[in-house]
Amino acid sequence: MLKKLALSAVAALALSAGGAHAAGGGGGHVENVDFSFDGPFGAFDQFQLQRGLQVYTEVCAACHGLQYVPLRTLGDAGGPHFSEAEVRAYSAENFSVYDAELDDDRPAKPTDHFPGSGLETAPDLSLMAKKRAGFHGPYGSGMNQLFKGMGGPEYIVALLNSYTGKEKEEAGTTFYENTVFPGGWIAMAPPLSDEQVEFADGHSNSVHHMSEDIAAFLMWTAEPKMMARKQTGFIGAIMLAILASLLYLTNKRLWAPHKPKKH
Amino acid sequence: MSGIPHDHYEPKTGAEKWLHKRLPIVGLLYDTLMIPTPKNLNWWWIWGIVLAFCLVLQIVTGIVLAMHYTPHVDQAFASIEHIMRNVNGGHFLRYMHMNGASLFFFAVYIHIFRGLYYGSYKAPREVTWIVGMLIFVLMMATGFMGYVLPWGQMSFWGATVITGLFGAIPFIGEGLQTWLLGGPAVDNATLNRFFSLHYLLPFVIAALVIVHIWAFHTTGNNNPTGVDVRKGSKEEAKKDTLPFWPYFVIKDLFALALILMIFWAVVGFMPNYLGHPDNYIEANPLVTPAHIVPEWYFLPFYAILRAFTSEVWVVQWASALTGGIIDAKFFGVLAMFGAIIVMALVPWLDTSRVRSGRYRPMFKWWFWLLCIDFVVLMWLGAMPAEEPYATWSLIASAYWFGYFLVILPILGVIEKPLPAPATIEEDFEAHYGKAETPAE
Repeated sequence: MLKKLALSAVAALALSAGGAHAAGGGGGHVENVDFSFDGPFGAFDQFQLQRGLQVYTEVCAACHGLQYVPLRTLGDAGGPHFSEAEVRAYSAENFSVYDAELDDDRPAKPTDHFPGSGLETAPDLSLMAKKRAGFHGPYGSGMNQLFKGMGGPEYIVALLNSYTGKEKEEAGTTFYENTVFPGGWIAMAPPLSDEQVEFADGHSNSVHHMSEDIAAFLMWTAEPKMMARKQTGFIGAIMLAILASLLYLTNKRLWAPHKPKKH
Repeated sequence: MSGIPHDHYEPKTGAEKWLHKRLPIVGLLYDTLMIPTPKNLNWWWIWGIVLAFCLVLQIVTGIVLAMHYTPHVDQAFASIEHIMRNVNGGHFLRYMHMNGASLFFFAVYIHIFRGLYYGSYKAPREVTWIVGMLIFVLMMATGFMGYVLPWGQMSFWGATVITGLFGAIPFIGEGLQTWLLGGPAVDNATLNRFFSLHYLLPFVIAALVIVHIWAFHTTGNNNPTGVDVRKGSKEEAKKDTLPFWPYFVIKDLFALALILMIFWAVVGFMPNYLGHPDNYIEANPLVTPAHIVPEWYFLPFYAILRAFTSEVWVVQWASALTGGIIDAKFFGVLAMFGAIIVMALVPWLDTSRVRSGRYRPMFKWWFWLLCIDFVVLMWLGAMPAEEPYATWSLIASAYWFGYFLVILPILGVIEKPLPAPATIEEDFEAHYGKAETPAE
């Protein structure tokens, strides 16, 4: 038994060592945030995603894009879940796209994607919540990601709240000190200030709350099928558990005549 | 097919006889499925089925993914996002394929270490072992090329680093690297050929798996005691064995269902845990990531590759002896491939005549130390190339080679093995009692 335990421990360690992420991050401490979508049963908060979209539209979209995200998915269940009419109105009101047939710009339709970044140096945000890991420890093993998640949205929250107020100029570009950003200096000016965005539902619009909303929204843009995925995972695991139990009983019965001592 | 005497397929109906005279395929399937299997096989023997399942899973999900993927540097990354967002069930298929590779390697490592502990590599199963090692190497090649296809930052820089290893070979290295890449650097030609080979190699693996199974069906399975099945007569053999169907098929399927349950939960709840966040950034030849880290299943060998720097005396010695032809980089490459080669040669390096580690009191300790060494190397492979990790990597790498090249040959001579049971039947009955009705 001890031998079995030992080998299982080796196996478990081997698996978790896989989460060892030495790359990325590098900045200061990233605080865990309790998001509604954390854990196997967590789900996106439709209204938080809608607030996040508003922050994105009014603030981030000035420079950043979401080139991989089709506008129609704003109507998907499990996401912001707007009505069809709302998606159409939102697309047309906020974005225009170049249409090769017209050889001109026209208002965006739900079948279009969000535009890419307007500012060349601003990264696209579609996958931002997945291309950063907030958690790496302990000892670089990445094992705490097992319990807290990868930490992508937490990284975004931390970044938006870690400006020190210091600035420096280098080769004509202004850099802002940020304790979470790798290297400590970021070219993005602090994008949020308190009460900058007015939410229709009267939700708090402090920098911290807005950054949580935008982080949740960006998690959705990065992983729009998260709800479907968790559901498939849950149903599949249950079915396999039932199958395993039946096979266990079959196996026990099959071998019983050959193992009198055990029965 | 099997060397163990057992009942063979007898065509009964007219149609069966007709087919059997022309193509004995039913007989082949019957003999494969009914192979007498040592009845004392423990739970470490279930990983073969898991591996077979992984191969099928990867081929099936891979073929569907290939229908939606575009192997072009400008479109590969976007086509993955297309799969994740627009293809029905595409996100789950892709995550299964991604994590399927991890399950594949997890299973193969346990399967290999099982063989190392119970001496499954020893005569007469050397060919099974060698074919298995070939499969392992092809798996690594396939996994590596598959990781390049999403065309993320780690894809690109991983490909650059690994193909760079071939560039370290003296004289022909540079030309070889260019030939492999289809150009001076990782680019569209590289992506295209990697896609082509990533699609091809699994079928080569499938063929080798058949040879692997053929080989051990000829010798019969090893078992936890390492004692041979008695082959004097059918009756004698029946005392040591039970047919693969239904006894081991059901047992293996139970284990497979349990493992797949965990796999399914990983895919459903934390599909990116084993991946690298940087690979969600599109490849950019102008920006090098801070740390280039391979997938977890390559980490032990990656640690060995990096362990031998120019400050290590063995490396300086080799360099001086060859007039600088073997530099630190080439030495690292040799060490990495050497780590696999010494493992492949273990049938001839292990001098002990006792097969199973169960009856080798000294061997046991060294074996468990090797398991720990492997996990430590895996961790070190993910750490930055600085102290103290560099020294630890060197010690851990040295143990890996020491185990195969020094410890195993010596142990066989100095170790006094414990008595093994005379027969498999004896071992089985000691655990489970004697069956009242003889096995059918």
